[in-house]
Amino acid sequence: MNAMFSRRSLLAATAASALSLTACDRKTRVTYKGIDLTGATYATDFQLTDPQGKERRLADFRGKAVLVFFGFTQCPDVCPTALARAAEVKRLLGADGERFQTLFITIDPERDTPEVLQAYTAAFDESFIGLYGDLPRTQQTANDFKVFYKKVPTGASYTMDHSSLSYVYDPQGRLRLALRHEQSPEDYAQDLRKLLQSTPT
Amino acid sequence: MQFTRLSIALAASLLAMSAQAQVTVKDAWVRATVPQQKATGAFMQIQATQDSKLISASSPLTPHVEVHEMSMQGDVMKMRQVADIALPAGKTVELKPGGYHVMLLDLKQQVKEGASVPLTLVIENKDGKRESIEVKAPVRALNTSSHAGGHKH
Repeated sequence: MNAMFSRRSLLAATAASALSLTACDRKTRVTYKGIDLTGATYATDFQLTDPQGKERRLADFRGKAVLVFFGFTQCPDVCPTALARAAEVKRLLGADGERFQTLFITIDPERDTPEVLQAYTAAFDESFIGLYGDLPRTQQTANDFKVFYKKVPTGASYTMDHSSLSYVYDPQGRLRLALRHEQSPEDYAQDLRKLLQSTPT
Repeated sequence: MQFTRLSIALAASLLAMSAQAQVTVKDAWVRATVPQQKATGAFMQIQATQDSKLISASSPLTPHVEVHEMSMQGDVMKMRQVADIALPAGKTVELKPGGYHVMLLDLKQQVKEGASVPLTLVIENKDGKRESIEVKAPVRALNTSSHAGGHKH
């Protein structure tokens, strides 16, 4: 009895380690410019509303690499730069640009109405989609994505501190990368090309 | 005698001129907005011949104009109003995406590409003397990238 068990578990252990070794191989062969989040158990989905009032989930974009950026339209600097960069990435991807979806999730739904979101994202690329939720849903989504944001009073009004990372999902809907604000469109495009080419459609 | 009086007068006027901060503003621009967008930024390069500081800005576009600094702490972007921006003598200080900018808040109308935004900058030199500089900043597209090619240090 003991001998059988130990043989089975030995086989199982060998198989498991063989599999993990193969996975290791696959991982170490491909390196990314962004932070590799492959295997992350958070930010697996979201449930937000698009400017047309339709409920959207990550699964809606299966088959495309998805870039998610959290921001707000009263942002004169980082947000326009991030979206302009995403538009440039789409251009750099050429034909593969059709398999690249950018989503802009507002952390300031009080001021970013559906109309403003629609006009804002369209200014960068017609394919970009702005998404919003009410305050509790915004908080929940940001928490899930480990995205930091904070309302900060300033003079006449308020501004938002927020994380400037862009999150990238592969065409299978798995969170794969976090790309930093300092990185160039070329860096982003390079990583996206790898994700689009290495995973089967 | 007359010649001496003239040279004294000339010297005096030269001294008076050097008391001014002598500020040049180059490449000013404002980022366009979409309808109903309430805020945007103005960027430019400022150079003063004397140690001075930019203490305020105003515009007929909106009563709420503030000077802000953007700073990245790790991967978190923070924007804060600042009391002033130092303009060391002879140094070109850039107000650009990623750093300082003038915030135009509570906009009541769209800022359209191709339009021109009048801005008044108040510069104070180290003697406390203030002067106003009028700038006409052209409006550039909302998706303007400041870095060609996106290469950052």
